[in-house]
Amino acid sequence: MIVIRSDEEIETIGKAGRILAETLEKLKSHVKAGVRTKELDKIAREEIIKRNGYPAFKGYKGFPGNICTSINETVVHGIPSDKKLKNGDIISIDVGVKFRDYFADAAVTVGVGKIGDAAKKLLEVTEKALYIGIENAMPGRRLSDISASIQAFVESNGFSVVRAFVGHGIGTTIHEEPEIPNFGKPGTGPRLEPGMVLAIEPMVNAGTFEVEILEDGWTTVTKDRRLSAHFEHTIAITIDGAEILTQN
Amino acid sequence: MCPKEEPITVDGKILVTLPNAMFRVELANGHKVLAHVSGKMRMNFIRILPGDTVTLELSPYDLSRGRIVRREK
Repeated sequence: MIVIRSDEEIETIGKAGRILAETLEKLKSHVKAGVRTKELDKIAREEIIKRNGYPAFKGYKGFPGNICTSINETVVHGIPSDKKLKNGDIISIDVGVKFRDYFADAAVTVGVGKIGDAAKKLLEVTEKALYIGIENAMPGRRLSDISASIQAFVESNGFSVVRAFVGHGIGTTIHEEPEIPNFGKPGTGPRLEPGMVLAIEPMVNAGTFEVEILEDGWTTVTKDRRLSAHFEHTIAITIDGAEILTQN
Repeated sequence: MCPKEEPITVDGKILVTLPNAMFRVELANGHKVLAHVSGKMRMNFIRILPGDTVTLELSPYDLSRGRIVRREK
């Protein structure tokens, strides 16, 4: 059952989303060569807490970090560590915020210093794919319209869409119904209705779509060790489209 | 953070035996899928015949293909 949220609930999730967006902006400004991912993790925790939020990922199913920091071939769920960012790296930062018992989830991928043209294209295409998915999130349309639009755009640019992980509903828990794959045939799945709150997160690989999970049980890398990018927004379906909750 | 998609486990009945240890299986919802026998079953020499009820894992990436993981006695 996909929960329909009231206007008040969506407003609260919007507040969580604003905290998240401000935190992400702060984190982006700290991404520089030489910075350790643990430092980003600490800054994220401080920024979220000082805005009266709570970092949602810490302890979630045992996840050790406050945020996910996924560098280069790491697709998602990278654990913050003493690893230093290098010029030319791309890093995906995924943040979750809990505010008054409601959750928001968002992610961006940014380059460290000067990155190659191929990496730049990957980031642009992945971010655009997210916005194309959001454009297709209109009431009356079906869930897989979002999925199919993302897949079509990504593949037309020569990249592949990760299958193993999916977007999701979000609200009183981080992961709720429905599952929102980033691939599939359009016109299937439940009809979107105003009041639904969804986290759309395309994960795009430069090479194969296949991924594997490392020994730590979390870090997910591309099977061919080529680059991967990830962008995410939490959106609310409204009467005339979708409202992005994780922005300022 | 994103949830992981697991293979979907369903039950079905074997319709036809195809070459190379492949089978056409009918699911409870009427869908017919192409399935292969899992390595573990092959290793233990478990035979499957048309009419058997089996448990399948369907790949979330392609819902028309599956892996037969269990044969009901």
